[in-house]
Amino acid sequence: MAIYGKLEAREAPSNTKGPIHWAKENLFKSILSSVLTLFSFYLMYITIPPLLDWMIFDATWSGTKEEIVNDGARWIFIAEKFNLFMYGFYPPEEYWRPNSVIILLLAAVYAFSKLNNTKARVAIILAFPVITFYLVSGGIFGLEHVETEKWGGLMLTILVASVGIIASFPIGVIFALGRQSHMPIIRSISIGYIEFIRGVPLITLLFMSSVILPLFFPEGMDFNKLLRALIGITLFQAAYIAEVVRGGLQAIPTGQYEAADSLGLTYWKKMGLIILPQALKISIPNLVGSFISLFKDTTLILIIGLFDVLAMVNLTSKDTNWLGFETEGYVFVTMIYWVICFSMSKYAQSVATKYNTER
Amino acid sequence: MKNKTRPSETSVAFYNNPETRAVIYQILALASIAFFVYFMIGNMFENIEKRGITTGFDFLSSEAGFGITQSLIEYDESDTHGRVFIVGLINTVLVSFVGIVLSSIIGLLVGIGRLSSNFMVSKLCMVYVETFRNIPILLQILFWYNVVLAALPGPRQSISFFDSIYLNNRGLLMPKPLLESGFIWVVAAFVLAIAGVIYLANWAKKRHDETGEEYPVFWVSTAMIILTPILVFFIVGSPSTLEPTVLKGFNFVGGLNVIPEFMALTFALSIYTATYIAEAVRAGIEAVPKGQKEAAYALGLKESTVLKKVVLPQALRVIIPPVINQYLNLAKNSSLATAIGYPELVTLFAGTSLNQVGQAIEIILMTMAVYLTMSITISMLMNYINARMQIKGR
Repeated sequence: MAIYGKLEAREAPSNTKGPIHWAKENLFKSILSSVLTLFSFYLMYITIPPLLDWMIFDATWSGTKEEIVNDGARWIFIAEKFNLFMYGFYPPEEYWRPNSVIILLLAAVYAFSKLNNTKARVAIILAFPVITFYLVSGGIFGLEHVETEKWGGLMLTILVASVGIIASFPIGVIFALGRQSHMPIIRSISIGYIEFIRGVPLITLLFMSSVILPLFFPEGMDFNKLLRALIGITLFQAAYIAEVVRGGLQAIPTGQYEAADSLGLTYWKKMGLIILPQALKISIPNLVGSFISLFKDTTLILIIGLFDVLAMVNLTSKDTNWLGFETEGYVFVTMIYWVICFSMSKYAQSVATKYNTER
Repeated sequence: MKNKTRPSETSVAFYNNPETRAVIYQILALASIAFFVYFMIGNMFENIEKRGITTGFDFLSSEAGFGITQSLIEYDESDTHGRVFIVGLINTVLVSFVGIVLSSIIGLLVGIGRLSSNFMVSKLCMVYVETFRNIPILLQILFWYNVVLAALPGPRQSISFFDSIYLNNRGLLMPKPLLESGFIWVVAAFVLAIAGVIYLANWAKKRHDETGEEYPVFWVSTAMIILTPILVFFIVGSPSTLEPTVLKGFNFVGGLNVIPEFMALTFALSIYTATYIAEAVRAGIEAVPKGQKEAAYALGLKESTVLKKVVLPQALRVIIPPVINQYLNLAKNSSLATAIGYPELVTLFAGTSLNQVGQAIEIILMTMAVYLTMSITISMLMNYINARMQIKGR
């Protein structure tokens, strides 16, 4: 009778693992691959060290303008103009107001995720913009009134983006439903609107809202520059949201519509309780993608004369004491946008993987 | 007594009938829009009258009176606003065309690079995409224009290539080919070569279908298209001379000048749009199921055939629609030229002309109409392509 002993698992042959094997497989598999690898290293060699030197090792981090000796980035310029980049011409003694909006926002998001009551959630969504507006603009409760001309910097960018997102969302959903509607006139109105807006560049819409819009309303009905920009951006974003939501609506099986109908639900109940919750859930990644585009597109408001964070670069570098500091300004603003957009896109990706049940 | 057996038919009030309701809703929607438009148009005419703005398209034939830094057609200050519109339109088309070509090349390379088995290449391509996609396009345009190109030396310290091409802060200057009358033969040769290639491709396909023999169509046609015009060029005695660009005093004269605004705009647009094209290319190739490739290899097809006949036809169906969408975005984004003053449609017509004439409604509507026409034409083309490329089920 044979006796079977237990054999220990043998180690894999040394030539199929370890860093050398990995390099052979992934870096030097063929002649072409080796050439590309060497070229990539060369590319990194000529770009990364000078960039790091400029940004960190040779940079001037503190001191005054006269003391600059290094030839790297002069970050003291950013430190000097930091408040302009963040708040524009908002009065410094009132900075606590935009700051408290951020705290309020975090509180609202926390409350929103904790509360399970739909009415409370809607109340938060409706109350937040109103509170924010009065907090930043002032004029009541003894708060000093700050004209919109003084709003600027990153504060204005975030404000325009948030208003664009919040205001365009319901309009976009309405147009998406309209485009899916069985009523021919409603459907053609929706298609006409969506295709018109998507067919023209945002800048022409901004020109339209800043030049033509005032002509459409009776005299005395005055829109300030910021409100005009917000109207243009909201109309623009609504068309894109509508297309994203339509994609979600189309992905819902017909059975869901029929089931809701057979339960005798009205149109709005059917949409609000059955279809939209599912459709919006699967559109979240694309909605975030569309928000990222909007966030990047807010830079266009500088062309119609608003001072967002990008416009601040131009403005601050016109300061006669600080001439020739555009590069630092552009790099700083680039980093702000990159960090925000990149984190949003990573979030969209993680949501997409979470909700993708097919993989 | 029919009513009793089918009570539902009569007990529904007319306002509860979905069809009646649909009609009412649509009439309401139409009426409110009509009222809104009536209200706005009424106000518009009132405001226009109050402000003394003229209306109509007469301004198109009035003198513009300003110069333009780049124009492909003849233009001077005494030309009309209508001419300005055409110049702007041509410049928009030019920058869009160059941008589309460049972004396609970069996007294709980077998209394939991201799928490379080479670790370094795929990671570098990923870094490229993630970096430039998340920076606003306007910021990139301004960065190229105000930082990179502004840092170039002045005309007298130009960076020169082969002593005939110069790069400085006034742009890229190069010799300009002047065409003589004999050049028409070269063009004719080029057209003939293309016709020949089409014939050759048909012949090769037919022969392949009949006998199974392969013919190196790609190499032969490339050689034909490149070599024939060159050959004819020398046979008819080089009917073209180069007008050199030379430094005179403080600036260059003669030759072809690519203005810095154009360079900044095309670089920024191509680099930005290429990231989206790269993602589309990657998604398209990844969308082809692995089994398709394995099955093709199992049939004994060689690698180039697998790529050409199995992978690409399926990948292209996924790639083409988003890429065309990106081309459209590029054309629309070219309107951001107005931030750096490149003379295209929005800068010239909706900018300078608008400031001079003051007829905002006509000018902005005309500008929008141009982009709208472009978008609708391209999306119709796309629908046609989509319909043709759809997998035909049995």
